[in-house]
Amino acid sequence: MDILLAIAIMALGAVVLGAALGFAAIKFKVEGDPLVEKIEAILPQTQCGQCGFPGCKPYAEAIVNGEEINKCPPGGTEGVQRLADLLGREVKPLDAEEKPKSVAIIDENTCIGCTLCIQACPVDAIVGAAKQMHTIIGQQCTGCELCLPPCPVECIHMEVIQETIDNWKWKYPVVEMRVETTDKAAPMKEAA
Amino acid sequence: MLMNLFKFKGGVKPPSNKLQSNHLPIAQAPMPSRLVVPLHQSIGGTPQPIVAAGDHVLKGQKIGEADGWISAAVHAPTSGTVLEVAMHVRPHPSGLDSLCVVIEPDGKDEWITRTPIDHKAAAPADVFHHLQQCGIVGLGGAGFPAHGKLTPSKGVAMDELIINGAECEPFITCDDLLMRERADEVVRGIAVFRDLLQPKRVLIGIEDNKPEAIAAMQAAVDAQNEPFSVVAVPTLYPAGGAKQLIRVLTGKEVPGSMRSTADMGVQVFNVGTAYSAWRAVAHGEPLISRILTITGNVHAPRNYEVLIGTPMGELLALAQPHPDTDGILMGGPMMGFLVPNPQVPVVKTTNCLIAHDDRLFPPKAPEMPCIRCGSCAQVCPHELQPFEMYWFSRAKNFGKTQEYNIFDCIECGCCSYVCPSRIPLVQYFRFAKSEIWAREREKNAADAAKSRFEFKQVREEREKAEKAEKLAKAAAAQAAKKAAEAAAAANTENATAPTAETVTTPAVADPAAAAVNPEKEAKRATIEAAMARAKAQREAVQPKNTESLTPEQQKAAAEIEARRVAAHLIEPEPVASAPASEKPE
Repeated sequence: MDILLAIAIMALGAVVLGAALGFAAIKFKVEGDPLVEKIEAILPQTQCGQCGFPGCKPYAEAIVNGEEINKCPPGGTEGVQRLADLLGREVKPLDAEEKPKSVAIIDENTCIGCTLCIQACPVDAIVGAAKQMHTIIGQQCTGCELCLPPCPVECIHMEVIQETIDNWKWKYPVVEMRVETTDKAAPMKEAA
Repeated sequence: MLMNLFKFKGGVKPPSNKLQSNHLPIAQAPMPSRLVVPLHQSIGGTPQPIVAAGDHVLKGQKIGEADGWISAAVHAPTSGTVLEVAMHVRPHPSGLDSLCVVIEPDGKDEWITRTPIDHKAAAPADVFHHLQQCGIVGLGGAGFPAHGKLTPSKGVAMDELIINGAECEPFITCDDLLMRERADEVVRGIAVFRDLLQPKRVLIGIEDNKPEAIAAMQAAVDAQNEPFSVVAVPTLYPAGGAKQLIRVLTGKEVPGSMRSTADMGVQVFNVGTAYSAWRAVAHGEPLISRILTITGNVHAPRNYEVLIGTPMGELLALAQPHPDTDGILMGGPMMGFLVPNPQVPVVKTTNCLIAHDDRLFPPKAPEMPCIRCGSCAQVCPHELQPFEMYWFSRAKNFGKTQEYNIFDCIECGCCSYVCPSRIPLVQYFRFAKSEIWAREREKNAADAAKSRFEFKQVREEREKAEKAEKLAKAAAAQAAKKAAEAAAAANTENATAPTAETVTTPAVADPAAAAVNPEKEAKRATIEAAMARAKAQREAVQPKNTESLTPEQQKAAAEIEARRVAAHLIEPEPVASAPASEKPE
């Protein structure tokens, strides 16, 4: 008799828990793969396609499916590092040369107004119309260089973003190696 | 007056070094050979230049228009000619250039028409506008536009207005001298702030190492019969920090997350700000000069009233620096920084220039490992744990530094001051903060790029769909027209022919579908019409070699045909050719 009771209790427990799990599976269903979103948050969103995928999201999806993590040049070595930390993979050297952050500039005298670059820009950062001069909204340019190849007159070039007071950063404090130079400004900075 | 004071945690007592410069009255600095006025001198938007090279400007004429609410106008400090509006180095630790207006004084020092404002009669908004147009910003160091701080916080009653005359940094005596000599106008300025903010009480906090200033301020308050309390606060660095002074005077602790102390009913202004606000309100004078201490490794340390834009090197020469001077420190020794070169101009927030040499500021010995003594945590006035923040900043683990509230750090330098291992802790914190800000900017840029990219994709999809729809509509319209023509032609040609039947039958057989999707129906009608035409053509063109056959041969041919049909070698109905004929349409 006791054993029947035990079986009944266990069975009841199984049914209750099963129902709870089933309910949770429906109620708290996660749409999409959260890992893709985490990876995408690390990728620089330049949508440049230098990784060989048509945008950052497809690359994030590919990484989840086993693609290498070192194919994003705009993300740089630091991006690789952060992806490696997130995914528990080994840090690999970047599969391309790391470039300083740049923006595209249209030489407005040469531009013929063909609109090809406007179509190529993944973030709609180019303003212009057919047979009208085009220009790039610098703040929105991601520096992906996708507008360079379609231009028939080669009037677009990349310009490295210069350091200004607004984007200047304090440097990592380094131990001064006592090298005899006339420039004494640097070691004195922390004299205070 | 007697008052119950509170204490903030930590703090240090560095040698004050104030006696060198506070015994002489404020002197007027001579007119410099040229003035370089940076446009960005306050927190907030960068003022836009409204003059061009060659323009003649008068003293007090606006040369930079405030850009947005949190921004203040910039003015010509004297009359003269604008030489250029160009990039010049600005007093900033980066040593980078920013847009400046360079003025060559004409020596006449001719004022523009000054318009005072009656702050009691005018609407508060007009007074704020007047202060913004006069370029009044906080002179204590941060340079926050004063009108922004005078706007009362919504729903919070203003309890205390605190006037900061603490001047806790060593060497600096400009506020001390201002209070001694111009206490009357400072108090009048405080009254303006009081009228705008309507606080329950006004407290003027002055460190007790400035007895003359305290006496002068008390005398001015008494003379004007104002209910302000002049409070001597214990000398302890950084008592002049806004949050520390609030703590000392009111016992209120400002939460780290609070962006503005107005949200807790307290507002703090520097005495210099009160003075310049009074000059702006009562005399219509914009902020074009300030009092500044020149001290350090010099023969004649003193306070000077200096025009904004004066090159620091020219000022330092007034105090006759010793020959071994090797740099100019702007601000105090705790929080100041070495300016990149002597051509750097004085700005609104420049309160002190210290001639730097190795005797006053011996070169720092190399950094040693942290021994976890905890001294930094004991002196931190914000009760942070600098050693923890140091570890994480050093390791570039910025998320952790934020968990330890690195953004509450006011960079006062107490931790670096006491560190027995001589670790430049504040440098690490500044590094970590600016990295976090840079990441924030990158993150925002990436998010914006992502949303723009996604929007572009959606837009392209939509355009594609719209185009397809448009094409389909046009095609359908054309097809319907052709179908009607074909049907009409077929009907007139041969009413009994099966072609007409094939055209009409499906339409009749499926009226519901026709009603549901007339476009599709029209298309199908076209296809069927085309098929019918093709069939009619085939029927019309009989194979020539079958015309003169014997009945036997015909019978044999029919049998072969039947077999081929049975074997599916040919289709019983020539359907396959129909879509081809439809294509050109």
